[in-house]
Amino acid sequence: MKEAIGVHSLAAASCRVARRFRLASILPRVAATLRTRLLLPRLKLYVVDVMAVKEEGDTSQQGKKSRSRLILRLGALLVAHSGLVSVVCCAAGIIAFILLPVLANNTYISENALMPGSADPAFSSQEVLDANRLTMDILNRGAAKASGIEIAKLLREYIVAVGAESYYHKFVPRANKFHPLHFFSSTTDNLDLPANPSCGSFILNAVGIIRAPRGDGKETIVLVTPYNSQNTTYSDAVSLGIGFSIISLLSHVTWLAKDIVWLAADSRYGEYMTVDSWLKDYHGPAFPGETSRIVDDACFEENNSDSLDHIKVEGHNSYVYKRAGTMAAALVLKVVDKKEKEERDSLSIYAEASNGQMPNLDLINIAHYLAVHRQGLRVKIGSIIYFLKASWVKLLGEMLQHITTLAKLLNPKWKLDITSADYVEGTATLASSIYYQALGVPTGSHGAFRNYQVDAVTLEFSPRSSLNNENVRSAFLLKTGRLIEGVIRSVNNLLEKFHQSFFLYFLTAPHKYVSVGIYMIPFGILIAPLPIVAAALFSSNNGSSNKDGSWKWLQAAKVDTHVTQVDGFGSVDWYQAVWILLVSRVLVGVVVRLAHICGEIVGTIPMVCGTMLMASGPVKDGVSEGPHWDLTKLVVLKKVFLRLRLGSTIDFFTSGGGGGLWAPGHLSGCPHQARRLSTMPSFSLAVSFVRLLVLLIEDAFPVEGTVGVSSPRVSAKLSVMTEQPPVARTAQEPIVAPGAWTNKVHLSVELECIDWSTHITSLGA
Amino acid sequence: MAALCRRFTGFHFLLVLVSLSISSLVFGDWIGDDEGEQFTEELLLKPLPDRKVLAHFHFQSTAHPSPDSGHHHHLFPKAIAQLVQKFQIRDLELSFTQGRWNYENWGGSDPISSTNAKPPGVELWATFNVPVVEIDTTWKNLTHALSGLFCSSINFLESSTSYTTPSFVFGLNVSNIRYGALPREAVCTENLTPWLKLLPCRDKAGLATLLDRPSIYKGYYHSQKLRLTSTKLSGIILEQTLTIVLQPNIQRNSAHSLLDGAIQPSWSISSMFKRNLTGSCVLARTSRILVELEKNIVSKLEELGHGGSWSNSLLDLSPNPFRVIKEVNPFPEESNSILFEYVNSKEYEPLDVGIKWKLPFVWSSPHAPFHASRFLMGSGTERGSIAISLQSTKSDEYFRSKSNECRMQAVVFQVVPWYVKVYYHTLQIFIDQKLQNLSDVIEKIRVTPSEDKKLPGTLELVLGYPCTVQSVALTLDFDKGFLHIHEYPPDANQGFDIPSALVTFPNLHSSRIYIGDDSSVHSPLLLKFQEKNVVLSYTEVLLVPFTTPDFSMPYNVITFTCTVLALYFGSLLNVLRRRIGEEERLMRSKDATKRGLIPLIVSKITSKLRGMPRSKPLLIFAVVLSVLFHYIVN
Repeated sequence: MKEAIGVHSLAAASCRVARRFRLASILPRVAATLRTRLLLPRLKLYVVDVMAVKEEGDTSQQGKKSRSRLILRLGALLVAHSGLVSVVCCAAGIIAFILLPVLANNTYISENALMPGSADPAFSSQEVLDANRLTMDILNRGAAKASGIEIAKLLREYIVAVGAESYYHKFVPRANKFHPLHFFSSTTDNLDLPANPSCGSFILNAVGIIRAPRGDGKETIVLVTPYNSQNTTYSDAVSLGIGFSIISLLSHVTWLAKDIVWLAADSRYGEYMTVDSWLKDYHGPAFPGETSRIVDDACFEENNSDSLDHIKVEGHNSYVYKRAGTMAAALVLKVVDKKEKEERDSLSIYAEASNGQMPNLDLINIAHYLAVHRQGLRVKIGSIIYFLKASWVKLLGEMLQHITTLAKLLNPKWKLDITSADYVEGTATLASSIYYQALGVPTGSHGAFRNYQVDAVTLEFSPRSSLNNENVRSAFLLKTGRLIEGVIRSVNNLLEKFHQSFFLYFLTAPHKYVSVGIYMIPFGILIAPLPIVAAALFSSNNGSSNKDGSWKWLQAAKVDTHVTQVDGFGSVDWYQAVWILLVSRVLVGVVVRLAHICGEIVGTIPMVCGTMLMASGPVKDGVSEGPHWDLTKLVVLKKVFLRLRLGSTIDFFTSGGGGGLWAPGHLSGCPHQARRLSTMPSFSLAVSFVRLLVLLIEDAFPVEGTVGVSSPRVSAKLSVMTEQPPVARTAQEPIVAPGAWTNKVHLSVELECIDWSTHITSLGA
Repeated sequence: MAALCRRFTGFHFLLVLVSLSISSLVFGDWIGDDEGEQFTEELLLKPLPDRKVLAHFHFQSTAHPSPDSGHHHHLFPKAIAQLVQKFQIRDLELSFTQGRWNYENWGGSDPISSTNAKPPGVELWATFNVPVVEIDTTWKNLTHALSGLFCSSINFLESSTSYTTPSFVFGLNVSNIRYGALPREAVCTENLTPWLKLLPCRDKAGLATLLDRPSIYKGYYHSQKLRLTSTKLSGIILEQTLTIVLQPNIQRNSAHSLLDGAIQPSWSISSMFKRNLTGSCVLARTSRILVELEKNIVSKLEELGHGGSWSNSLLDLSPNPFRVIKEVNPFPEESNSILFEYVNSKEYEPLDVGIKWKLPFVWSSPHAPFHASRFLMGSGTERGSIAISLQSTKSDEYFRSKSNECRMQAVVFQVVPWYVKVYYHTLQIFIDQKLQNLSDVIEKIRVTPSEDKKLPGTLELVLGYPCTVQSVALTLDFDKGFLHIHEYPPDANQGFDIPSALVTFPNLHSSRIYIGDDSSVHSPLLLKFQEKNVVLSYTEVLLVPFTTPDFSMPYNVITFTCTVLALYFGSLLNVLRRRIGEEERLMRSKDATKRGLIPLIVSKITSKLRGMPRSKPLLIFAVVLSVLFHYIVN
């Protein structure tokens, strides 16, 4: 008898399974119709919809079940206590977020081939002399004639003298225009050339290339030293001196396997722009043109140079753009001469590139390892000073210190102990790390490399006291030179490109990191209540209690179709999805056409719409409470969830931060506050403008001249905004573009459009 | 008895063999001549403009086609003879190269650069005397034989994805040619040793004694080549050349002194090779050393007033050369290069040829009219394009002066592996940065599109354009293929190589005509120089970064599968062991006494503490186990 019952239940189960399978056989057809990567999340929702409908049928047929499955009951439980769940989740998310500095791990060098510091540095006093001589030469000669090309000429002479190849890279700085979605316009910017090109409008960079002896020239390491040709400071000259001494050293070493390219970037109009235009030419068809040649002859009077010099510097080919293989890594080298004295020479590492991309952690690791363990430098990473001084952080740190010591008493294996000072410092560093990654604007010219999937960092050295002191300078040059030699040597050892270590991480100290596996937890917890509350709204709207537990709560996902159903657009099936797809396609077209205008605003409009809708919907209806209001909030919550989740694939902490601020705001929105914009929605409205505002403020900076001089990083930001996606072809269509970026833009725009379309439809309702 | 007899005959045979070998040693010279087998060794030394020295070893063995000798040879390496015989090779060229030839500084239009500048790695091409259907199998067998012979992975050229059939690039308009290149092959002593074994004296005597491994592998360029020609008339000719570019030891002064124009480093054979040259290989018919001074040095010498002298105010050549050989140039107004010849014969006194520079002097080598380079455009792991650019070097002024209608021809030969999916219709040609109509520029084109996992793509292209053009560039777009996990090479994260493209200029030849003091110069090397060789240059190898999978993925899949299995097993066990009737009764009793959530939990915990009720714990246990398993395995 028992067996019979068992068999019966088995049969029932298999019956259910079979129904599911029949359903599954329909689904591929739907999937084929909606063949697009970007619609996948949406598709998933529809899958859930259809399944939910079927399930509903099941339950209605079978009548009341005595007992449902565990997962359903769990879901129902969460939905039933959605208020509690959202409060708990928000609190837990914020606590987990605060705990991030505690959860940071020590960095380690993941790629064994790097072997940093395993060879003795060859950089000697000879190279220091070279560096000193060039520095003096630049200050004497270059400063005398401030025509902008003197230093480049001088550098080229020096590079040729050590037997390396050299050429001038010349470009016209483009006016800074605000083109966030520049990519879609696909027009070439070459038309910005002034009609009557004068000498002053060009920027001339000197580039040196060392071909590795016996190397096959497939890969290259790039060293960039930005300097300002108009106003060459002492530290600029020193950084050029270091760059040259490295070239002079590497021109006769035997261990080189990759070519070395040294770019002395004239950062008169901002270093990012210079580096980026050089990279653009490197990855594009930079064939020497006729027009430029005319200007060369007029400006640089090559012919009157003395004959010996002419032969040596091989005048004819000095403007031919030369390349050296695929880039393995790039180092941007800077020297900052600080006035105040410090204990030790220090090194600041900047790594954030556009859209929160980071170079491989190994690159930072080797620089840090060599700086600390070989050269005895103090390594610094950007931190937000407010957090260092804030008393509440300190208080938090002390509390955590107590808690972690307590935790350690419980289980000595937990490596959670952190001192209060460490916590404060970690928080400040983490905050700056998050800020720059969320802002999505690179912290230096290394950001330009990341657009081409090249790992790059900026190493900014500052001596312990003024560089005018001979001894200080020599010791400083020796240290920095050895460090850079060590980093180059490590990268040179690399057989494969950087891939072993992390790409998604935050630094809480130069030697501590929080990997993506950890920092995605707070984000996940923060956005988890959004769908739950949406489900709760749905079920309360339907008037059915969910205590018995079924798949019903999942029908919240279906609500879009209910809303559109009012419009009379058909029933719940995939026609709906196709329709939405079409609308979104049309909208993409509109966005592409209006790229210049829309820009960043696109990102904020749906949010604003959602909030407005949330606030004004009831007013319009004249009902302060009711199903419409619920539906609207439901749609908004769902969309916010979707947007945050997908946005996190583009720039994790833009959406991470968004999640932290949006989620409570949206969850707490309710009709009682509908007559005016309540505090929370208006707060979230303000947040939605943060990024836009920051960008606009940056854009409002004065463009010409002085920006690059006074604050190179600001100008870097400026230029990254003006020429975000490098369009690598002059031809009609941008066939070769940095893939990742393109995809992201596509994704985000389509996402926006999907958002829009649903908002429009829900508005219609 | 029989055993004794056999031993005796064995001994006898040995005796004969020994006596034979002694006689061949003693009379090696005349035997070689008599039998039609010859061996010559030559070394060409040449100072290069960028403070380096070129050393070009040229060994040549010939075997006459004598059916009488059968499989026996005196001087000629048996391994090669057998190779030729077995595979019916008509022409073969195999080169092992490390480093890149610097066309700007080391010359681009002289015979050495057009015959001995090779792409990095291994390059092999061969033509066969076999029916067309058998060529592919012959080629495959040949690659295996060569890979065994030279201790390298030439056998990778066996697969049809790695070799191709060029139709007109090599000048031979034949269908029985096969061409393949392995750009990633590392070249070292293990390849040199078997190569040296083909020489009759190996590296025990003669010029090959100079090949001190550390000093030759420290150089900037290293290319060993083997060239085989076999005809019915002249027999087999085996040329073995080794081209090295070395940096003589220089006191490294500071850069400043370099800037002021330091004197070129002085060098001699012993200082460069760290070995002394004593005597020649006795089996060699000739053994000589040639020192070449390029025409730009000679013109400087003429300017200074000492034409062909070897000891003057600019440089000192020591010891005194045996003979001076001058090049004859069709343009009488220009200076010609000079060769100083030394005969390497003295057994006891080392021949230490060297140049001592006295004045600082900078010159340039003869360039090819266009410098070919190739690069990748675009970024990302989806698309890209290959660009080949030809940049005028403006060196060949005589082209310019000759006529305005002068038309330059350039042949581009490009092999692309199948996973780089080139769209040949996207070919664009820019001349002086202007996009050209393809039909105006292309004189001849032959495209073999690639076939997935079968054939590489091949592009052969003859371009014709005016000589006065500054730059020519052609671009081709490609998609990066998405490979199966098996198809990735080792170190897949490095990227994939596209072998060097070959650019030849068919209407330019690098032949030189020499006249000696006595008009007959019997030097195979100089004869080689006088051949009409087409000027050619190889471009760089390209590295294309590809999307690589996470190679630990299979491992993850295994753990995932295990988890699923564990879950399945657990639930199955649950279903099988469950006693439903009892459960239902229990449920009914529970429904009767409805309780809240918290009392329910409390009661559950207490029931657990009291002792395990029947079936639930098993399910919980299975789930917990599987989850634990998942975490532990991960």
